[in-house]
Amino acid sequence: MQAALKVDELSKTYTSGSRSLTVLDDINISIEPGESVAIVGPSGSGKTTLLGLCAGLDKPSTGSVHLYDSMLNDLSEDERAEIRNKHVGFIFQNFQLIPTLTALENVMIPLELQGMKQAESIATDLLERVGLKDRLDHYPSQLSGGEQQRVSLARAFSNSPKILFADEPTGNLDEDTSQSVEDLIFALNQEKGTTLIIVTHDMELANKTNRIIQLKGGKVVADRKPE
Amino acid sequence: MADFKFLAKTALRDSRKNRGRLLLFMSSIILGITALVAINSFNYSVVKDIDRQAASTIGADLVVQRNRLPLSDEVKGLLDSIPGERASEMQLFSMSLLPEKNVSQFVQIRAIEGDFPFYGMIGTDPEDATNKFRTEPIAIVDDAMMFQFDLSVGDSIKLGYQTFEIGGRLTSGFGSNSLTASFAPTIYIDQAYLESTQLVQPGSLVNYSYFFKVPEDFDPDEWDEEHRQTLRNNSVGTQTVEEQKEDLTEAFEGLNYFLNLIALVSLLLGCIGVASSVFIYVKSKIPSIAVFRCLGMSGNQAFLIYFIQITVLGLLSVIAGVALGSSIQVLLPLVLSDFLPFDIALDISWTAIIEGFLVGLVITILFALLPLIAVRKISPLRTLRASFSDDLAGKDIWKWIIYVGIVLSIYGFLWQVTKDPLASLYFCIGLLVAFFLLYLVSKLVIWGVQRYFPRRWNYVLRQGLSNLFRPNNQTQTLLVSLGLGTAVLTTLFIIQGLLLQNVAGMDEGDQPNMILYGIEYDQMDGLLELTEEYNLPVIQRVPIVTMKIDEWKGKTKNEWLQDTTVRVRRWAANREARVTYRDTLSSEETLVQGSLAGPPAEHGDSIYISLDEGYAEGLNLEIGDEVIWNVQGTRITTYLGSLRDIEFRSLSTRFFIVFPPGVLENAPQFRVLVTKSPSPQLTGTYRSEVVKRYPNVSVIDLTTILRTVGQILDKISYVIQFMAIFCILTGLIVLISSLFLSKYQRIKESVLLRTLGASRSQIMKINATEYIILGALSAATGIILSIAGSYLLATYQMELDFKMNWWPIIIVFILVTGLTVLIGLLNSREVVNKSPLEVLRKEVG
Ligand SMILES: Nc1ncnc2c1ncn2[C@@H]1O[C@H](COP(=O)(O)OP(=O)(O)O)[C@@H](O)[C@H]1O
Ligand SMILES: [Mg+2]
Repeated sequence: MQAALKVDELSKTYTSGSRSLTVLDDINISIEPGESVAIVGPSGSGKTTLLGLCAGLDKPSTGSVHLYDSMLNDLSEDERAEIRNKHVGFIFQNFQLIPTLTALENVMIPLELQGMKQAESIATDLLERVGLKDRLDHYPSQLSGGEQQRVSLARAFSNSPKILFADEPTGNLDEDTSQSVEDLIFALNQEKGTTLIIVTHDMELANKTNRIIQLKGGKVVADRKPE
Repeated sequence: MADFKFLAKTALRDSRKNRGRLLLFMSSIILGITALVAINSFNYSVVKDIDRQAASTIGADLVVQRNRLPLSDEVKGLLDSIPGERASEMQLFSMSLLPEKNVSQFVQIRAIEGDFPFYGMIGTDPEDATNKFRTEPIAIVDDAMMFQFDLSVGDSIKLGYQTFEIGGRLTSGFGSNSLTASFAPTIYIDQAYLESTQLVQPGSLVNYSYFFKVPEDFDPDEWDEEHRQTLRNNSVGTQTVEEQKEDLTEAFEGLNYFLNLIALVSLLLGCIGVASSVFIYVKSKIPSIAVFRCLGMSGNQAFLIYFIQITVLGLLSVIAGVALGSSIQVLLPLVLSDFLPFDIALDISWTAIIEGFLVGLVITILFALLPLIAVRKISPLRTLRASFSDDLAGKDIWKWIIYVGIVLSIYGFLWQVTKDPLASLYFCIGLLVAFFLLYLVSKLVIWGVQRYFPRRWNYVLRQGLSNLFRPNNQTQTLLVSLGLGTAVLTTLFIIQGLLLQNVAGMDEGDQPNMILYGIEYDQMDGLLELTEEYNLPVIQRVPIVTMKIDEWKGKTKNEWLQDTTVRVRRWAANREARVTYRDTLSSEETLVQGSLAGPPAEHGDSIYISLDEGYAEGLNLEIGDEVIWNVQGTRITTYLGSLRDIEFRSLSTRFFIVFPPGVLENAPQFRVLVTKSPSPQLTGTYRSEVVKRYPNVSVIDLTTILRTVGQILDKISYVIQFMAIFCILTGLIVLISSLFLSKYQRIKESVLLRTLGASRSQIMKINATEYIILGALSAATGIILSIAGSYLLATYQMELDFKMNWWPIIIVFILVTGLTVLIGLLNSREVVNKSPLEVLRKEVG
């Protein structure tokens, strides 16, 4: 069976001036379709960098990333954008909703980019699913943090992605809100059969996944089942 | 196409919360386009009218003209070969006497013969006045003059020795517009009565014109072309309807050119505003764009979203500008009417509208594209890492392509307006240099403030100062746009001041204000006596001989003019020289080289003449060079003996060419007497007395000329101020929108400072420090640029003494700095007066 995500000998080095900083060093990971994986580690260990590379938002210094049957290294930025649009969903720590668009319009973006006719009804259903049925026409600034994150969840699932990346999805939320967002993520993940990759330093959240990959100083130090 | 529909929809949605702001950004171009369209519409109206009116402004198919002297036999023979009807006119300036009123007036006499004009008509009141003046000594007198002296039809007017009955008022004549007519009103008489005035004497300045109405199959332009050389050799000028059209167009083009330049500069100022606004706008959109990219939008799609927004707004602004321009063009003829030879019929010019629309749209979009293309490069990685710094200022070949596009379109526009590729190039280079210098200054400021940062100053000043170089600073945009605006404004004022000063200086102190000319040899003693009786000083008393230059340094005039390897000034070679002879310098002259020669010792000795330095330079002459003159048919060989510098600050006659005594005494000549009258009353009585006793002598009251010139200059000033308004308004809008933007830039940190406990006045002071420095520096740089520019313009283009009046400049400086600070502070008031939370909520949303 083909891997959903396969990372081989991946490393990332930032150079500024004469100094160079290796942030990721020889990472090898393979993730099966439908798996849910947590990437954990202390702040600065390279979690976000790894996520960015896996999602094709950045280019590695060496090594390769395969997302299903696409080899991301070989693709141009625009080709990678197309893959993101069709097969990838994102959830961010700071929600990243577009402030000038309403909740509904934010959710519709990936669908409309695909030129989909039923964009509006799909988006409405999803927002209903995350419990924001009566907030469709509200702007992000009119929503609370938890509500904003739920909109972004709806947006992440709107294109029925094969794989979903989440970077500290609950990092900016209080405990109760975090709980409901987490439940939603896993519930939707189950419903749609999406592969899920969550970056977090919250072990409680990590323990809800099937697999935990631990980073430290840019290296994988553990790859295990949750307790 | 579904793709485009989506992008357009997103563009529309995304603009929702920014439309007001965006419109303000784009509005800076409106006035530039307004100016452009107004000026162009006006231009097209004028050109159309020129076509319509050319034939009737010259009154014939072909006019042949010889100034100062009758036609030679060779040319007379040529004219005999032209078929069709003919007429002629002799035109001269002279004094007239109004016996009933006992006053005299300097006039322009036009003595006509034959059925002139063939086209159009001499407008008279009563209309049939010209019927009688062919058979009786009847004069048609300028309407304004009739009015001024309270004359009525039937009164008499004495020209020279002949008294005429005033047969009618002249309401519209030929060949003169209101400006010449105002100091020498036109009088039409029949040529049959010219002789009895005895005004035409050897040495009198009479201009001869011959008018032809030719049959259809005769092409006057072809005839003109064929005989051009012969005519030129005989100093004969010609004019055809076609040429008249060209002349009128050309005369108007200079003005049109100037107006267009101002419109262009005002448009460019606006474009800088647009570019900087779009730059800031794009910056504020970076997070959204990163999200779009993350969700799978391609770089070009993201670019298109914002390109659509900007294009639509640009389109709206351009349309607004075009509409405003077409309505404002109604004002231009009111401002400019005195410079035009006829009234202008105004119609909406679609050509001007389309041109203004296209030029405006192209230049606006090009400028907006500069910051906009960076959108393609915004990385989706920003969603994960807010601090990720894209290279928005990074290298992009498209940027250079757009720069080239901008320069080319400005050049193309200038070329189309001026029809002069070289002048357009110079202007483009000048503009680029100005841009570059301002940019350089802004870089220097940023560098200098960082390098020599005054660490010991108090916090508020340091904070204000560091705003100049911190990220998102407005230093460059404001310095360039404010500086350029100030430069244009100051240049306009300096040039205006120069024109006014150069004229005003002529009327001061001991300057003469009356010139008597046309004096015969035996009338001089009587005139001197009369002048003494009136207690008037004789400031100058000189003989004048007219001549032309024939040959110098062994080459004829034509050979010099055709030689492309040396530059000989056309005006110097072609001018009809008015020469005097003496062996002393006048008070306005200084000797630059050589010495003024005395009379040649004996007949056949070398004759050493003295020339004005600039005139000699224009002819490429140096001391010792041979010059051959043509004194009404006789050739005189001379050598350049000395060079003089003549101050051009008085109105007394200046002589570029001075012969030594003992050479020209027997040549045909007239004399000039220059004096100064203390009061208009004395001028009046003295003048009447002179004209009564010596009707052939003309008295020119320079004060009236000065007044007329002053009035013309006032009108030019008026036009300049009118145009300056466009620049000022555009500059203001750019200023407001730029500062408005910097408010968005600064708002978060101001709020943060407030939260941390900064007082209102501290925040106001921080902002004031930044704006004072920006305003003062831009104004100063702009002023220095404009002084350099106007110096070059005044010295090399207009040949004026460069003297500056500092007051307008100081005022511009204070005004620009003050406005910058004022608008800047008004902007930060919102931050200061509301609660920090309220402001944060509003801006974040
Ligand atoms: N563009 C960059 N240039 C240099 N260093 C960077 C850059 N981006 C991230 N880093 C460094 O890489 C390391 C890992 O960062 P990150 O992936 O954000 O860690 P985490 O998400 O685990 O906290 C950090 O030390 C950070 O300073
Ligand atoms: Mg991180």
